[in-house]
Amino acid sequence: MADRSRSGQVALTGWGRTAPTPATVTTAASADEVRALLGEAGPRGLLARGLARSYGDAAQNAGGHVLDTTALDGVLDVDLGAAVVEVEAGVSLDRLMTLLVPLGLFVPVTAGTRYVTVGGAIAADIHGKDHHRTGSFSRHVEWLDLLTADGEVRRIGPDRDPELFWATAGGMGLTGVVLRAAVRMRRIETAQLLVDTDRTPDLDALLELLTATDHLYDYSVAWIDCVARGARLGRSVLTRGRFAHRDELPARHRADPLRYSGSVRLTAPDLFPSGLLNPVTVAAFNEVWYRKAPARRRAQLQSIPTFFHPLDGVGSWNRVYGRRGFVQYQFVVPLGQEETLRCVVERIATSGTASFLAVLKRFGAGDPGYLSFPQEGWTLALDIPVVAGLAELLDGLDELVVAAGGRIYLAKDARVRPDLLPRMYPRLDRFRAVRARVDPGGVFTSDLARRLCL
Amino acid sequence: MIDALGSVGTLLLVGGTSDIAVATAHRYLRERPLRIVLAARDTPRRDAVAEELRAGGGTVEVVDFDADDPASPQRMVERAFAGGDVDVAVVAFGQLGDEQRLRTDATAVAGLAQVNYVAPVVVGTLLAERMRGQGHGVIVALSSVAGERPRASNFVYGSTKAGMDAFYSGLADSLVGSGASVVVVRPGFVHSKMTAGRPAAPLSITPEAVAAAIVDAVRRGRHTVWVPGVMRAVMSALRHVPRPLFRRLPL
Repeated sequence: MADRSRSGQVALTGWGRTAPTPATVTTAASADEVRALLGEAGPRGLLARGLARSYGDAAQNAGGHVLDTTALDGVLDVDLGAAVVEVEAGVSLDRLMTLLVPLGLFVPVTAGTRYVTVGGAIAADIHGKDHHRTGSFSRHVEWLDLLTADGEVRRIGPDRDPELFWATAGGMGLTGVVLRAAVRMRRIETAQLLVDTDRTPDLDALLELLTATDHLYDYSVAWIDCVARGARLGRSVLTRGRFAHRDELPARHRADPLRYSGSVRLTAPDLFPSGLLNPVTVAAFNEVWYRKAPARRRAQLQSIPTFFHPLDGVGSWNRVYGRRGFVQYQFVVPLGQEETLRCVVERIATSGTASFLAVLKRFGAGDPGYLSFPQEGWTLALDIPVVAGLAELLDGLDELVVAAGGRIYLAKDARVRPDLLPRMYPRLDRFRAVRARVDPGGVFTSDLARRLCL
Repeated sequence: MIDALGSVGTLLLVGGTSDIAVATAHRYLRERPLRIVLAARDTPRRDAVAEELRAGGGTVEVVDFDADDPASPQRMVERAFAGGDVDVAVVAFGQLGDEQRLRTDATAVAGLAQVNYVAPVVVGTLLAERMRGQGHGVIVALSSVAGERPRASNFVYGSTKAGMDAFYSGLADSLVGSGASVVVVRPGFVHSKMTAGRPAAPLSITPEAVAAAIVDAVRRGRHTVWVPGVMRAVMSALRHVPRPLFRRLPL
């Protein structure tokens, strides 16, 4: 992800490994060190970067300074009574789980990877399989300390300078540097989930099932085969579940119900050719994945990593896409726009573009962050290797999504049409107004911000 | 920023009224709306091109540039970058000159060297400095197959193109690791206002074909492009033709 060049700058990319740009990367371990760096920012500005799991250029700053926050890793306070933890922004969700699951606390929201920092989770206002129940990550932040361009540290929250707070939640790091935050955790009795699996033969059956019964589950997500066409268009494997209560565990687990181990089992080497994931191999993989899933299974016990973070078991799995990298296209369209969803799946399936892992979820109500992604409706995320003609295909999908009143997710984006952004994010003006107030000189900036004129 | 799939946000056209520059802008506009900075002399043609590109969906800014004026490049680059980063800069200005006059008129030779060599390398130096600073960007330099092996019929033009070609090829190497890069484009005979009234050479092409090659080269991150592609093999062969024979070829 990072190659050192001779100028002392480091070429950075996001998780998709596309469009590298050089920046001067500095690690800071305290608020004072961050403030010192702010003074040296220069004309190309400064940006905080955590574990760089955003797919595109959100954590890059071409020609400027990038602050590596992963050394800001203190867990400052754990209040078991209130289930609130106070942490520095570079603490990862992985670390929080290792530390707190044995104490009966789970993160309020986790993405498909636990290798994200708390600062990054706030900046992207991440969502998880429980969005329909709990909303996005920032809804569970009681307050956060933000270092703004003037060198001040401001404690903000939904009740203190809410405008700055909701511009920072989902604000992609453009309002300042999050130094620490207080996060409300979820109480759990066990570290095991009770999971129901359903296989659906097509997209209609899936949407019907999600509409009818999603409210019965805390967590829900579907994997869609985006290669299958015709009558099998959108065939899916739906997994939904909730944390098990202690008395629901089999006897052998009951003695140590909160036992948790999240570790990387193997790491992908950096030698995969770019064409490895092509329509043929991806179709074969999807076929196997669909067939190996049970048609219907109830109350299967699964561990936290198996249920939430299956890909985290393989380190650097993004290398499988080879040197050319890949993009993730994630969008949401409101309920009632199922036709658009179908049209997108159809276009992907017939494009011959190999989408390896497509994930569908039904979002609950939208979140207050001005640039927060979720809105009530259907969200689909597609991983697609970079191939010729992809720009045109995705530009066409952007238009469908916007026409349906939907939007794409900035934390995943590496290529959206900039002119469509104000229509996707109607509160972009409010975000810009807050940014103009706290950072009139535009010190905090990124490749994403420049590309999309945020 | 050029995005992950090679789409461009801001395009700077130096020599913005040249047929190849205009065709390149149209080619990009076919993909997406984008910001275009048009650097050229203040002429009715510039106004017409700006209007045309606006009608095509571009957000067009106009900047004065005169390749005859040694003070012009500095001012032009400052203004071109005032509105934000430039993702792709096309150096597309140049003249063929009057071959008969160029054989004997030293002033005309100096003038052509200024427009075709001095100004392009000054502009290239200034563009490279800016792009190094911004950590990204592509400079597209319009060279010519005429620079590959100058011939008696237009050796002054050929020599200026040989010089600017060498400059930009070397500049490309000096920018490795900076995030910025250079594409050297070597077209054959292009049907354009520059060549109007001249008999077409073999393998002649349109400005649109050059534009397509430019857009493709930027997207794919290539460094040298011949248009048409077969020119590479042709010139490679011509380079090794013995002089007495080369002189007699009808080129």
